Amino acid sequence: MLDSRIPEGPLEEKWTKHKSSIKLVNPANKRKIDVLVIGTGLAGGSAAATLGELGYNVKVFCFQDSPRRAHSIAAQGGINAAKNYKNDGDSVHRLFYDTIKGGDFRAREANVHRLAEVSVDIIDQCVAQGVPFAREYGGLLDNRSFGGSQVSRTFYARGQTGQQLLLGAYSALERQVGLGNVKQYTRHEMVEIVNIDGKARGIIARNLINGKLEKFFGHAVVLATGGYGNVFFLSTNAMGSNVTASWKAYKKGAFFGNPCFTQIHPTCVPVTGSYQSKLTLMSESLRNDGRVWVPKKKEDCKKRPQDIAEEDRDYYLERKYPSFGNLAPRDIASRAAKEACDDGRGVGVSGLAVYLDFADAINRLGKSVVEARYGNLFDMYEHITNENPYEMPMRIYPAVHYTMGGTWVDYNLMTTVPGLYAIGEANFSDHGANRLGASALMQGLADGYFVLPYTIGNYLADEIFTKPISTDHPAFLEAENEVKDRYNKLISIKGKRTVDDFHKELGKVMWDYCGMARDKEGLEKARELIKQIRKEFWSDVNVPGGVDEMNPELDKAGRVADFIELGELMVVDALNRNESCGGHFRTEYQDAGEAKRNDNDYAYVAAWEFNGIDADPVLHKEELKFENIKLAVRSYK
Amino acid sequence: MKFTLKIWRQKNTNTAGKFVDYQISDVNSDMSFLEMMDVLNDELVRKGEEPVVFDHDCREGICGMCSMYINGRAHGPKRATTTCQLYMRNFSDGETITIEPWRASSFPVLRDLSVDRSSFDNIIQAGGFISVNTGQAQDANSTPVNKEDADLSMDAAACIGCGACVAACKNASAMLFVSAKVSQFALLPQGQSERSERVLAMVNTMEEEGFGSCTNTGACEAECPKEISISNIARLNRDFLAASIMK
Repeated sequence: MLDSRIPEGPLEEKWTKHKSSIKLVNPANKRKIDVLVIGTGLAGGSAAATLGELGYNVKVFCFQDSPRRAHSIAAQGGINAAKNYKNDGDSVHRLFYDTIKGGDFRAREANVHRLAEVSVDIIDQCVAQGVPFAREYGGLLDNRSFGGSQVSRTFYARGQTGQQLLLGAYSALERQVGLGNVKQYTRHEMVEIVNIDGKARGIIARNLINGKLEKFFGHAVVLATGGYGNVFFLSTNAMGSNVTASWKAYKKGAFFGNPCFTQIHPTCVPVTGSYQSKLTLMSESLRNDGRVWVPKKKEDCKKRPQDIAEEDRDYYLERKYPSFGNLAPRDIASRAAKEACDDGRGVGVSGLAVYLDFADAINRLGKSVVEARYGNLFDMYEHITNENPYEMPMRIYPAVHYTMGGTWVDYNLMTTVPGLYAIGEANFSDHGANRLGASALMQGLADGYFVLPYTIGNYLADEIFTKPISTDHPAFLEAENEVKDRYNKLISIKGKRTVDDFHKELGKVMWDYCGMARDKEGLEKARELIKQIRKEFWSDVNVPGGVDEMNPELDKAGRVADFIELGELMVVDALNRNESCGGHFRTEYQDAGEAKRNDNDYAYVAAWEFNGIDADPVLHKEELKFENIKLAVRSYK
Repeated sequence: MKFTLKIWRQKNTNTAGKFVDYQISDVNSDMSFLEMMDVLNDELVRKGEEPVVFDHDCREGICGMCSMYINGRAHGPKRATTTCQLYMRNFSDGETITIEPWRASSFPVLRDLSVDRSSFDNIIQAGGFISVNTGQAQDANSTPVNKEDADLSMDAAACIGCGACVAACKNASAMLFVSAKVSQFALLPQGQSERSERVLAMVNTMEEEGFGSCTNTGACEAECPKEISISNIARLNRDFLAASIMK
């Protein structure tokens, strides 16, 4: 059994007590300690800024041309916090409970409670930084409701909340760069982790401008490299989002937690053709006022929506989940859309879409109110589809959006490799088997501003006597050579197929067999297919150009090679989990379409240990203990 | 649809570049501009040629990474749109499309259509922040902010830092970018204590980075994908003047 190092004591007191018992590093010693932070999204950006403020020597890395580009920027809807400014009965406990329940009872109680506790500090911090949250006429902060919750606890900045929070963290980070506390390395991608004597001691990064490999020492390394949704090729992730840093860590001893837990978001713009490069999310906040429906009769599917009479429409979420209606959580709403389309009642050219209709909201509130709330989202939709959602209902379909799984971490956010941490979407910790809307921003900033900067001190306090290790140390040279060999190999194959060919093939296998619905037979087949893809990739990929130059195709090839290996692990994990929970829906385990959990056998985190590329990974279990919440069937009816 | 693409190719910062013509056919009008570029690159790789390097990431018009100068306009022909949100239906069948990188000495070309915009980070480092360490904040509702000011601040904060304003300006001035950040904070009570220092530091750094002067042509506003208003430049000028006199 894995030890998650959850502090003793009552749930409400664990974090407070833990904080006061964590070892401290005095200011003079902090200056002697190097911390490497990989990734500059909400988690990495806020962590690097905060560690810099505390006085550590920080080096921060991103593959984009500026920390401000990280994909947290694309989050639209909002950020949850248990402020109870609306006086509608919200509390830390309710946010905690909603998150555990939303995650289908597969998250760690202590982590989630801590998240709910610090949620309130995040809002204070961001407002002080000048994040322009939406306000009411009295000048106070506005809130709205979001999927999976019955209170209004979501703070937002139009439809650009992620952007504004990220720019807040970016500002704080740039301030530390200007003060000389943080050094930033843009267009640098971490391609290997370096362990010495069992501890994480540095990284190898590829300078994406000239292709040179650079070595960096750190007393600790923090991975804030986001999720791995791009394993499906099509997802709402940015084109560059990748699993490489987490995957290198996995292959160097960091266990990977619940890799099969992926979130398929219900409201995305449907696919139009094979050239499609990515999918665009329409914020979940649209479900506050939009009503989801499909025709009751198959023969109506090709009719114009305005020609379908009210009584011939099936508002299936309102029908199936009357108490939450259109605000049912993401996994449930996605699966319901898939069922409607599988039933032959999908709309649009492909039949893989459902309507999200604002006609009622426009009648009730007026066009101007709807425009004030969702104007930029409507514009975005019109840009993409050339259709006006004020007149025509939107067409939406589920798409891969977020990965709840990730690098396994203990309560201190440390992985199974001492000195290696994982924060934000890159870790597995807080969302269980399904993440609620507006909780990703909350977790990224909680980890980066308020959790890691404390907990990392516990480890670094014992490192103050460790002198910086030269990057000429054999471990660094060995890691550098491994990377060199890998790139030279990729360039020298000169096969017939492009990197994207392989990526699309992998994505299709993942979507068909490890997507919204999974079964044993399909997963076993997928595993064989992925092994085959890996073999062909390494013998038939064609990467143009050279190693020592700017070469995005080579960068992509390295990422896809890692996605292929990850894909297999996801399938192994999905096969192991003989139950349905949250986003993991095994068709063998259901009660009339609703997920059927198996708490007796699977109330654990599956943490996988790498055991060689052709060998089965080793399963370690972290038992989930529910001492404060009664395990219940997750009902939104 | 079919197109002739005239694309700027340049090996690296230190070598000279040139336009190269490519033909592309079977383009679907629902393809995004960057998907059309993906298809071109796919064809180039299959032919054993090097694909065109261009910056892109979110493809949702929000990260600010994409940066193409298309037919003489930053982010192409459509108003209030980033390159990644352009669709081929915005072009006419058979058209010749000229694609260049941002042209500004403060944005050196790295390769083909990719430029180095770290000068923008340097400007933010000089003062594009409110100095508040993590943990120092008071309750978020303790300072009410007039809704109109909050909305104006949000309008300015919508800047994605893509650099289209610089590319569009005949002087390669970064005034719209700098004024958006200055305005975002100048409009909020939290931003008041550093208001003077901020505007002086950011404008000085902008000049040190080699950006040109603003001559009020308004080209930046016209090409800005987020429709940032040049009234922000007026606000910056007022603040800059006041701060200079007080210094």
